[in-house]
Amino acid sequence: MDADATLLARLRDGDEQAFTDLVGRYHSSMLRLALSFVSSQAVAEEVVQDTWLAVLRGLGRFEGRSSLRTWLFTILVNRARSTGAREARTVPVADAGPVVDASRFGPNGAWAVPPELWAEEAENRIDAVKLSGLLRGGLDGLPGRQRDVVLLRDVDGMSSAEVCQVLAISEANQRVLLHRGRSKLRQVLESELGGGPR
Amino acid sequence: MSFLSVLLRFRSPAELPCQQVVEMVTDYLEGVMATADRRRLEHHLAGCPHCTEYLAQMRETIRLAGRVTTEDLTPEMRTELTDLYRRWRTEG
Repeated sequence: MDADATLLARLRDGDEQAFTDLVGRYHSSMLRLALSFVSSQAVAEEVVQDTWLAVLRGLGRFEGRSSLRTWLFTILVNRARSTGAREARTVPVADAGPVVDASRFGPNGAWAVPPELWAEEAENRIDAVKLSGLLRGGLDGLPGRQRDVVLLRDVDGMSSAEVCQVLAISEANQRVLLHRGRSKLRQVLESELGGGPR
Repeated sequence: MSFLSVLLRFRSPAELPCQQVVEMVTDYLEGVMATADRRRLEHHLAGCPHCTEYLAQMRETIRLAGRVTTEDLTPEMRTELTDLYRRWRTEG
């Protein structure tokens, strides 16, 4: 039995520890994701709680066609989206424009202000606490869907297929959002480590 | 270098401007580029230390993002969810 199947069997058997493990693993990520669809922390918490209840009630019907995690996050997004729609909050659209400021390239498209060298030494130059704060700040600062995609892909480690299913977006759209989000996160590090506009 | 070879070099499809390379990085890392495009990009990278560094910075950004930890659950939330589970168990 794979890990999902084992966990499912334990959940269905009423193993409280199995549920606690599942909650511990995904709750914070779910809360963060819910927050980008609804207007407040309180509403997001409600959505996540509703999701857990829906998950428990749906356990008997879950057939394992997707991973447990994908199923969980899909339920969450559906609920968050309908709650968000009821709150009539507009969904932010992806911004346009280049991911590196055009002023950094010459008329032939070659670097005029090239990146400084820091890829190999980011961790030596910024201490772990500051680095973590920078990245969290960078992630929080990303526009809605870009943040969702980068969080699910790069922080939570989902595959592109999983993210597309959970957020109900196309592969192409997912890649655009990922590209823009990751590029902005790189800029956050660059502004600290050197290179580019200060 | 003859005029013709300069002209051919200039017009060669292998010549990608750096400004375009930075927009292709994610497609490259996702492994979704057509073979010909990927070769053009790799050809450019082989001769461009700046774009090579840019790509390395994107990889490092992804790696570091993967180490951002999610906030711990508050004890209150944990208790609420355990209660939820117990209620569900008695429902069933």
